[in-house]
Amino acid sequence: MNYWPLLGVATVVIGFVLRVNPVLVVVIAGLVSGLAAGMSPGDLLAMLGSSFVSNRALLLMVMTLPVIGLLEHCGLRERARDWIAGFRGLTLTRFLASYLGLRQVLSMLGLTNVAGHAQTVRPLVAPMSEAAAERTVGTLERGQRHEVAAMAAATDNIGLFFGEDVFIALGAVLLIQGFFAQNDIELQPLAIALWALPTAIAAFLIHVLRLRHFQRQLERAARKRVDAKGEGAC
Amino acid sequence: MLRIEHVYWLLGAFLAFAAIANLRERRIPMAAFWAILACAFLFGDAILAALAAGSRWPAQAMGVGVIGLGIMAARGKLGTSAEDETTLASRRASAQRLGNRLFGPALVIPLVTLVGVLAGPWLRWGETVLIEPRHATLTALGLACVIALIAALRVTRAALATGMSEGRRVLDALGWAALLPMLLATLGSVFASTGVGDAISALVGMLIPVDSRLACLLAFALGMVLFTVIMGNAFAAFPVLMAGIGLPLLVLRHGADPAILGSIGMLTGYCGTLLTPMAANFNIVPAVLLELPDQYGVIRAQWPSALALLAVNFLLMWFLVFR
Repeated sequence: MNYWPLLGVATVVIGFVLRVNPVLVVVIAGLVSGLAAGMSPGDLLAMLGSSFVSNRALLLMVMTLPVIGLLEHCGLRERARDWIAGFRGLTLTRFLASYLGLRQVLSMLGLTNVAGHAQTVRPLVAPMSEAAAERTVGTLERGQRHEVAAMAAATDNIGLFFGEDVFIALGAVLLIQGFFAQNDIELQPLAIALWALPTAIAAFLIHVLRLRHFQRQLERAARKRVDAKGEGAC
Repeated sequence: MLRIEHVYWLLGAFLAFAAIANLRERRIPMAAFWAILACAFLFGDAILAALAAGSRWPAQAMGVGVIGLGIMAARGKLGTSAEDETTLASRRASAQRLGNRLFGPALVIPLVTLVGVLAGPWLRWGETVLIEPRHATLTALGLACVIALIAALRVTRAALATGMSEGRRVLDALGWAALLPMLLATLGSVFASTGVGDAISALVGMLIPVDSRLACLLAFALGMVLFTVIMGNAFAAFPVLMAGIGLPLLVLRHGADPAILGSIGMLTGYCGTLLTPMAANFNIVPAVLLELPDQYGVIRAQWPSALALLAVNFLLMWFLVFR
């Protein structure tokens, strides 16, 4: 067994700890791992180039940028904020919990690329969350605004991850089935997919509880601000 | 037939546009960065076809290009200077004027993707299927973006040039973060073919007391998380941990149910994805997209959910797999 390729993993860990530019870290880690495995420079370059090209589907989200950029230039985010602000009874928790549920159900149906950080979170969900939070607690401070946006992105991630495993024809389930099939254990995709349901439900409940807690924190901070102002007036 | 390659070519053309725009503003590193990336999209098929036919130099040239991308990302000040010149006031005015019509084109992207995926198999012109079935979702996404851009141009009455340069503004602001997911997947392939996974599972096998169910399950669950954190991808961690611990120890030795172990094991890995900057497309790209001051802001927002779910997954496995 050749343990030297593990140097590539070490490179990644050290690079991230030292906060070197991640792109550079990843390229160096690939080179280190390949050279440690005893590949010739020619083979290594060819493998690097061909794997890079083979993985280019991951950059497709860039296709959405002209649309999103243009609409934002014309005030999409401002409009999203105003629109949500007009709803009575809508709180941050309710808004993000609905989005979480919707995202999970869509992923369960295999529609993972329908929403996403570039497609929906930046132009719609993040500004709408801010507006919903401001409806509930009043004007947000700069730092809180960022926290709300980050929570919107986190909600999208959790909805995607803990929904998609329930869909039978998608990467994860097929990967699991393929692995066992190679090792002479035949499984039905549906049998694998159904066992993802308990975690999917737990993910929804846990994250909604956290959203509620987050909103309470914002409310408490807002009350403190009001109190402080009151004292100042006396 | 509309194939995924057509979408790639279009994307390559957009990247080339971004490169030329930067070149004209004398932002050389940024221009070179997008130009190299454009090559991967414009000539991607040709590179893979040449490799299959036995000609290796195009792939090797791309490999040199990847190293160039790394150097430029580290040296150049990418993603800093492209500011949105529209003032808040003019965006407000435009939002007032256009109202809810602005939502239309944004929603066209998910809706057309949805229709493309669901109706794809029935969309035919004579005998040929209109959307390539193998990559139906991604091809439909590409098509949806084009239709949405046309809709956006109509609604806002802007010129195509404005649309392209606004897109390029967002792209420049993303900078190297846009590239990271693709590079990490490349690293995953490199790790797989250099035998990193085999080496790790051999090490783990030496370290844990294999007679204890609890120790094996703990090693499996924590290994999935740790590996996903390092590789940025649960799909990369799964075969390694399954081959190293899951199959030989848990399934064959302790009689664990493979379907439950596989399913919840993968979801345990997803808890790791929520924790790591290596999963750039989920954790770093949105932080940049949302202009958060903290690169790790999204991870900070989601780690408590991830740890709670890790505990839930472990308990589910403990009570379910050994029935």
